[in-house]
Amino acid sequence: MSPRARSGAGKAGDADGMKVPEGRHMPEAERLTPPAWPGGRSAPPSGEFAVIGQRTRKVEGLAKVTGRAVYADDIQLPRMLHGKLLRSVHAHARILEIDASAALALPGVHAVITGRDLPTYYGIIPWTEDEQALCEEKARYVGDAIAAVAADSEYLAEEALRRIRVHYEVLPAVTSIEEALEHPERQVNEKAREGNVSKHVHLEFGDVEARLAAADETVEAEYWYEGSTHAPIEPHCAIGDFDATGFLTVISSTQVAHYLHRDLAKVLDLPTQRVRVIQPVVGGAFGGKSESFSLEFCAAKLSMLTGRPVKILYTREEVFYAHRGRHPMRLHYRTGMRKDGTLTGVDARIQIDGGAYSSFGLVTTYYSGQLLTAPYAMDAYRFDSTRVFTNKPCCGPKRGHGSVQPRFAFECQIDKLAERVGLDPIAVRRKNFIGANARTVNGMRVTSNGFLECLDAVERASDWRAKFRRLPYGRGLGVAGSMYISGTNYCIYPNEMPQSGVQLKLDRSGRATVFCGASDIGQGVDSVLALIVAEELGLDLRDIRVVAADTDLTPVDLGSYSSRETFMVGNACLDAARKLRDVIAAALAERWGCRADQVTLAKGVACSTRDPHKECMSVKDAFQAAEAKSGTLGSVGWYQTPKLGGDYRGGTIGASPAYSFTAHVAEVEGDPETGFVRVVKLWVAHDCGRALSPVAVEGQMEGSAYMGFAEALFEQHDFKPAAVGHGPGIHDGPSLLDYRIPTSLDTPEFESLIVESVDPEGPYGAKEAGEGPLHPSVPAIANAIYDALGIRCDRLPFHPPRVLGLLKEGDARARWEQARRQRDGVAVAAAR
Amino acid sequence: MERPAGRVCRLKVNGDVRECALEPHTTLLEALRYGLGLTGSKQGCDKGDCGACTVVVDGQPVLACISLALAFEGRAVTTVEGLARGATPHPLQDAFDVCGGAQCGFCTPGVLMSAWALLERNPRPTRAEIAQALSGNLCRCTGYTKIFEAVELAARRMAAVGESS
Repeated sequence: MSPRARSGAGKAGDADGMKVPEGRHMPEAERLTPPAWPGGRSAPPSGEFAVIGQRTRKVEGLAKVTGRAVYADDIQLPRMLHGKLLRSVHAHARILEIDASAALALPGVHAVITGRDLPTYYGIIPWTEDEQALCEEKARYVGDAIAAVAADSEYLAEEALRRIRVHYEVLPAVTSIEEALEHPERQVNEKAREGNVSKHVHLEFGDVEARLAAADETVEAEYWYEGSTHAPIEPHCAIGDFDATGFLTVISSTQVAHYLHRDLAKVLDLPTQRVRVIQPVVGGAFGGKSESFSLEFCAAKLSMLTGRPVKILYTREEVFYAHRGRHPMRLHYRTGMRKDGTLTGVDARIQIDGGAYSSFGLVTTYYSGQLLTAPYAMDAYRFDSTRVFTNKPCCGPKRGHGSVQPRFAFECQIDKLAERVGLDPIAVRRKNFIGANARTVNGMRVTSNGFLECLDAVERASDWRAKFRRLPYGRGLGVAGSMYISGTNYCIYPNEMPQSGVQLKLDRSGRATVFCGASDIGQGVDSVLALIVAEELGLDLRDIRVVAADTDLTPVDLGSYSSRETFMVGNACLDAARKLRDVIAAALAERWGCRADQVTLAKGVACSTRDPHKECMSVKDAFQAAEAKSGTLGSVGWYQTPKLGGDYRGGTIGASPAYSFTAHVAEVEGDPETGFVRVVKLWVAHDCGRALSPVAVEGQMEGSAYMGFAEALFEQHDFKPAAVGHGPGIHDGPSLLDYRIPTSLDTPEFESLIVESVDPEGPYGAKEAGEGPLHPSVPAIANAIYDALGIRCDRLPFHPPRVLGLLKEGDARARWEQARRQRDGVAVAAAR
Repeated sequence: MERPAGRVCRLKVNGDVRECALEPHTTLLEALRYGLGLTGSKQGCDKGDCGACTVVVDGQPVLACISLALAFEGRAVTTVEGLARGATPHPLQDAFDVCGGAQCGFCTPGVLMSAWALLERNPRPTRAEIAQALSGNLCRCTGYTKIFEAVELAARRMAAVGESS
């Protein structure tokens, strides 16, 4: 336990006074406790790892590179119709009347539905169900869905949409945080308790004002984090297929098949057991497919009405309206530091632009504060976060949900304070390291923690000591750190069932099939399942089939969000595989007259460690020996988290069984004449516990760093103000050309540095790698721009107009030179 | 009611001559995916921005989603399904699998076709040349690093095979 780590006694205030307690107090009921094994979860089953940690191929890799992988839009069912959605052209409008008679009169148009056909409200968070599949009374943003048609072809469905007449009463809209708060009477979302406040959270741990007063230096600044969207290359697609027995199948490009299953039953008023959700191969998600969308409900409803399968494929434009991307945030921070670099108090006020609906917004609002309290210890911490509704597409969870924005502000604050107290920014981060086996100021349990090793790795690889504050004007380095969760500690809807389940079936041919609700969206969780089965049972990866994300065939896993899959699915799979391993070992031990713990299964061979040359057979024969002794071979495994979190309202939001840690160093080149900033290289060190598949972990680190870099320099999910010919809230460019995502020519070099702290509770010690490594990109680049040009980029994105504006604001060159002199002073002081 | 079928024309895809009913507005991507069942080529934007639909025609990468199918009658079209030799993946495909060049895999068919066209005309490209050749293919997963590494590995392997044969 770090001496400076302490538990926080929080006081929670809550403006909207939800009836059902979200982020409830620690539940009274006992939780399931996953099994413990001799040697723990992190040890290899047979002396040393055979496949874990190797540079293996992904199980579905060859299908993807040969064009054989089947994505939702690749599926054509007999008699299938095509559906399309009619979307609002106004940011805020009452729907007075919809006349679809001309559309229905068109030959080949089979059905038209409106909000009245699907009136049930839904929402991913059970206490903020504020969406309808099609708006019934009111449209709340340009692009809000209000009707759907099913026709013989996509072309005909589009023609039908043009023939639907909608009579609107246009209402005044709010399209910014300021407008939303200034005009509570222009209420966007009637489910809000007051005005346009979606959620307000105020939490305080320790005496913030006293600790800030005790600081030697205090920095106060305001930051703006621009909104951005996921832009997966695959647009959302769903097929609804309602059969004559009253059974509904929905095939969807979702990352949360289980939650979609529940929502479909609810909105379509079907028994849950008469609904099946199948997730085919998904072409990218990043959080953008982690809740139910209009197309899934509409495809299902249109199928129920027509008795035929109905496919809906979003256009790229519609993907921008579906959104659920990064929340724009205005962040105001006061941060205190003592002369020796110790953080004292942190005070944050945060305003969040949520768009028209709640989505995960309740959690976002908590995350904007709750996930900031490591890897650094702090004496006292307070945050006050308000999410507002605006007449824009709904924001939600984009990779690094809710915590990328405060992390940007906070790591820039640390950089500024380090300069004030005259210390190296990496040294300051080391100084405040919270340690392993610590408790954060807001009561989160930290177990394994490789943050110092991450700092060491990026410092060494980037040649930091030779370069920081030493490169010529226009070139510079910056550092930042972060932490992230490995899954949330509680399911989105309250229950005490396992968060992840796995079934494992062994065939006497020597083949294994693993069934799990896990959602592979490209990150490789199917391969994690196969790797663990291969490691435990000594199988070749090619002899394992993974059946995943099909609610009829697979036990529940909650899906691909909050970086939970490797940790939770991996643990469930370890449980199932070890149960069968024990059955096989017992059979062979009996046959050979040795102890069960002397039996090993590796690389296709079962043998005893006592006499491996004589007591030895193929794994296939071992399966048959076990089946002959114990009957048909199958097992189930599951994982549930321990009870965790702070004992206060909201104290479980941010609790995770393990946290990953990351440090980045960015090197940038900035042109003082054009304001153009180029990232030369990003060094990414990430503590993933243990890299089960190093290729996949590096891929997550590079992809995350890329996405952070893209937000820092390029992306703006923005909207036009009202102008002649149109009202407010029109998307600024809902296409992959106008919405600027970096190409292969824009993207910098990345160097991935894997750090393995071997977590005591992760499968073989693994933690998450899919979201954590995004966080430090943005502040590391901002801090590097300061080192290069002497300007503080507190607003995203750092594009040429903004950089040029900052260069003109003050004497950047003089600040840059002063920073250099100070660094020399630090070096002299250190030498003495 | 099905829409009246347009003209039946012949497309030469991956060495096969296939007949397909096309309307004047049918795109090459629609013809491949929905007419011929070659779903390897993907639709990411349907307006030529993302490159997921890239196929190769007469050695040149072409955006199938903004190309009219009728214009390709009689020309040799290669899609991702045409890269492998029988059941053996093309060295580029194998390299992408080994290096982790495909995560979600949705941009991969288009990336592979652009990379294949590059290697056909420039067997040992520099990284800058690879980045240039793939600049019309958006990838949202990888950050491009492993894609570059895969193309470089394939080029090395293909050169080694070329030298030994």
